[in-house]
Amino acid sequence: MTLIEDHPANPAAGDESRPIGYGRLQRKEDPRFVRGKGHYVDDIVLPGMLHGAILRAPVAHARLVSIDTSEALAHPHVHAVITGTDLQALGLAWAPTLSMDVQAVLVTDKVRFQGQEVAFVVADDRYAARDALELIRVEYEVLPPVMDARTALAADAPVIRDDLEGRTDNHIFDWEAGDAAETDAVFASADVVVSQEIVYPRVHPAPMETCGAVADFDAVDGRLTLYETTQAPHAHRTLFAMVAGIPEHKIRVVSPDIGGGFGNKVGIYPGYILAVVGSIVTGKPVKWVEDRSENLMSTSFARDYIMQGEIAATKDGTILGLRTTVLADHGAFNATAQPTKYPAGFFHIFTGSYDLKAAHCKVTGVYTNKAPGGVAYACSFRVTEAVYLVERMVDILAAKLGMDPAELRLKNFIKPEQFPYANKTGWEYDSGNYEPTMRLSMQMAGYDELRREQKEKRERGELMGIGISFFTETVGAGPRKHMDILGLGMNDGAELRVHPTGKAVVRISVQSQGQGHETTFAQIVAEELGIPPEDIDVVHGDTDQTPFGLGTYGSRSTPVSGGAVALVARKVREKAKFIAAAMLETRPEDLEWEKGRWFVKGDPSVGKTIAEIAMGAHGTVALPEGIDGNLDAEVTYDPPNLTFPFGAYICVVDIDPGTGRVVVRRFIAVDDCGTRINPMIIEGQVHGGLTDGVGMALMEIIEFDKEGNCLGGSFMDYLIPTAMEVPDWETGYTVTPSPHHPIGAKGIGESATVGSPPAIVNAVVDALAPYGITHMDMPCTPARVWEAMQGRPRPPI
Amino acid sequence: MQVTMTVNGTDITEEIEPRVLLVHFIRDVLRLTGTHWGCDTSNCGTCVVLMDGQPVKSCTVLAAMADGHAITTVEGLATGAVLDPVQQGFMEEHGLQCGFCTPGMMLTARALLDHNPHPDDTEIRQAISGQICRCTGYATIVRSIKWAAEHPAAAEHGDTVQSDTAQSDTGQSHNTAQSSNTAQSQSADEVHA
Repeated sequence: MTLIEDHPANPAAGDESRPIGYGRLQRKEDPRFVRGKGHYVDDIVLPGMLHGAILRAPVAHARLVSIDTSEALAHPHVHAVITGTDLQALGLAWAPTLSMDVQAVLVTDKVRFQGQEVAFVVADDRYAARDALELIRVEYEVLPPVMDARTALAADAPVIRDDLEGRTDNHIFDWEAGDAAETDAVFASADVVVSQEIVYPRVHPAPMETCGAVADFDAVDGRLTLYETTQAPHAHRTLFAMVAGIPEHKIRVVSPDIGGGFGNKVGIYPGYILAVVGSIVTGKPVKWVEDRSENLMSTSFARDYIMQGEIAATKDGTILGLRTTVLADHGAFNATAQPTKYPAGFFHIFTGSYDLKAAHCKVTGVYTNKAPGGVAYACSFRVTEAVYLVERMVDILAAKLGMDPAELRLKNFIKPEQFPYANKTGWEYDSGNYEPTMRLSMQMAGYDELRREQKEKRERGELMGIGISFFTETVGAGPRKHMDILGLGMNDGAELRVHPTGKAVVRISVQSQGQGHETTFAQIVAEELGIPPEDIDVVHGDTDQTPFGLGTYGSRSTPVSGGAVALVARKVREKAKFIAAAMLETRPEDLEWEKGRWFVKGDPSVGKTIAEIAMGAHGTVALPEGIDGNLDAEVTYDPPNLTFPFGAYICVVDIDPGTGRVVVRRFIAVDDCGTRINPMIIEGQVHGGLTDGVGMALMEIIEFDKEGNCLGGSFMDYLIPTAMEVPDWETGYTVTPSPHHPIGAKGIGESATVGSPPAIVNAVVDALAPYGITHMDMPCTPARVWEAMQGRPRPPI
Repeated sequence: MQVTMTVNGTDITEEIEPRVLLVHFIRDVLRLTGTHWGCDTSNCGTCVVLMDGQPVKSCTVLAAMADGHAITTVEGLATGAVLDPVQQGFMEEHGLQCGFCTPGMMLTARALLDHNPHPDDTEIRQAISGQICRCTGYATIVRSIKWAAEHPAAAEHGDTVQSDTAQSDTGQSHNTAQSSNTAQSQSADEVHA
């Protein structure tokens, strides 16, 4: 029988299925998830727990005239109704955002986006809480909203943020990178210059599990326990200490199993704060779990960049320069999550995989009457936008020059010998060997054959498109001298203890939301120490149990925390050497390591395994001077640079000329993330990201009407790919390790989300070439493709 | 009002409000939290359970409507210590990541295999098209369900999964989807050797 205790018995193959180190290994997380024994926030029930629900604004811009909560308070199952006025008294009506702005927790003065938080009800159960919301009477004085970022800076635009002292317009920031004068000069001397407005529409990460929290404030010892859907539990603890005034050692944030994050669960939402306030006010634990509409309408959106792109080249297809101006719609509060010095994230990686003479970008952020956010949905801090811009512009240039888009890319790649490569906007790419990756992708696709097929189909009036995207990512923020979030350096800690019997526990500061950390971090330790992964527990998500660090987003877990874990394991290995030497009565320098064991050089039969050393370390072995007992270590890792994974994607689409419906027939993705810890998990990450790409390119958008109503606020109209809209993915890989990373590994989680949308749109535009189309904005829905085919393409708003 | 139903083989009688959704009855009253809740418009399918063997979205069924019916949740998929092949298939083929859609996906897969023991890829994709997954991109879910179809022994007979037989079967299921990739990957390695 296949016993639960005896699982997994992966029949795929002996050693390969249970590697002691890197390799395809079934996930340690799976046994609980397939049995329904995961532990997500809404599964938590505490004694006496109450339920909270949020009343939300029905309009986008309105002055709050009055709130009457008396009827709701009279409801027999209601314990509290909290308004902005109540929060004001506690100093909690406004909370700081990750972008040094403030965000209203509950409206005190005016509503600034539809779906904004207006009041909070705490009741016996979720049904009663919802009932009571309908008993709250609110009077609004509706104001004209600013919905199109293009009009936000007009002289007569209503000022959204009149709460900010001295604020007379909707301008948030200007930020630029690169050399404007040098770029202008390169453009002036170019044979060919092409420009195009490219909109990356507002979308939403929409994790299957929405955001939620259970707050439990113990008034006797002043201790707050907060279970939250957070990707960054330690940063949340620090921010709660700063905002709520509860001492940090009295706050325990627990991020249990998270049902997907995708950047949605990085920031602190009003609901979390309200759950805490509700618990303080009622003296009981309070649960808050938002519904899907609340998630889509009020939590962090992604993208919303209006980009004016320009590319300069010689006649023979040597790309000389890129420049762009960007209008960034940040919604009503600037809550964008990114390192402090980078208000446009890492958008300046927009020079892509090409060796340019010059580049310049300028980004202007504006307020509109929309939900806050911007950085989310596997964007790696705006790298999605950067890669989309450059990969679309290169295709537009190829069309202009009449060159094959693959050939144009191959001609302009940064060469392997140029790494580490300093680009024109301040990045130092760690490593890359782009041409073999591109060639492999073309070989897997049968690129030449596809082009022949396309030619034949065009002659028959059929619409087939082939789209290429070759991207360079930048992930693993980051070096503390450049990168912090609200002053917290972007480093990560790791603690490793080997128990006397040789079993180990590694505590990490990052927080999985499905990426398999409990498996892969055990594999890193296993590779370094030779302890089987099943004997290594990975502890994460509980700030009382784990070292400080910045959390999981921006594909930073492997680059930063993975580095920390490799280093802490090496520290333990080194300590083990001294203890083994004492046990073997020899000198440490006479010992040699093989996976799992120190042995005497020249006499491999004499040695001690890690388990034997662990027992010795906890025992009575006379330890050398400077070496203390037990076998453990801790490190905080400050990465010297980010990692720069890359990939070559090819997409094949067919378009029905009668309906404009796009079908992704094939998708070939070749990724290079350096050393691969677990190929199975990497493949899963890539598959998920490619599906995001199909969603964004063909289906997903959060739109608004002129009155400010959100038109993408439910799964009825915010369309996410099902199994019917995506093909069976074809994946391949190359290996170009990161030279600065302890195990040569680069991040991978967001590569496919970053790299796939331009491949799909390039394929759609390629298919529509017979119609004279050189660009269309996402999402390429049947209606929008049809309009483009009729010569009426429209930018999304 | 009083409702009586069989949940995972156990008879249950509870006093509830008529408006209580089956998903909340299962989660909040019975404390079977493997069934999830991912949307408010009946699109996502994370709440799928089997009602008399048919997959239903339990967010779109009142608990009162389940009166007199047999419900199977994810907690009822395994037989004692023996996993359903679907559960094992999802682990073998990496058909889950965050795990939130997994219970609903597996129950739909179980219902599919009960009616069609050897579905092809298209039939599998159609069967799960009422369910959204944000992590996996579906291909490994399709492989997981195929794995379960190829290894029905555990559920039907409680037999040991023969490791040698299973090895060749799994190799085949991988080969159909991945043979070209494996070859490509090897050539890529050579490039960087």
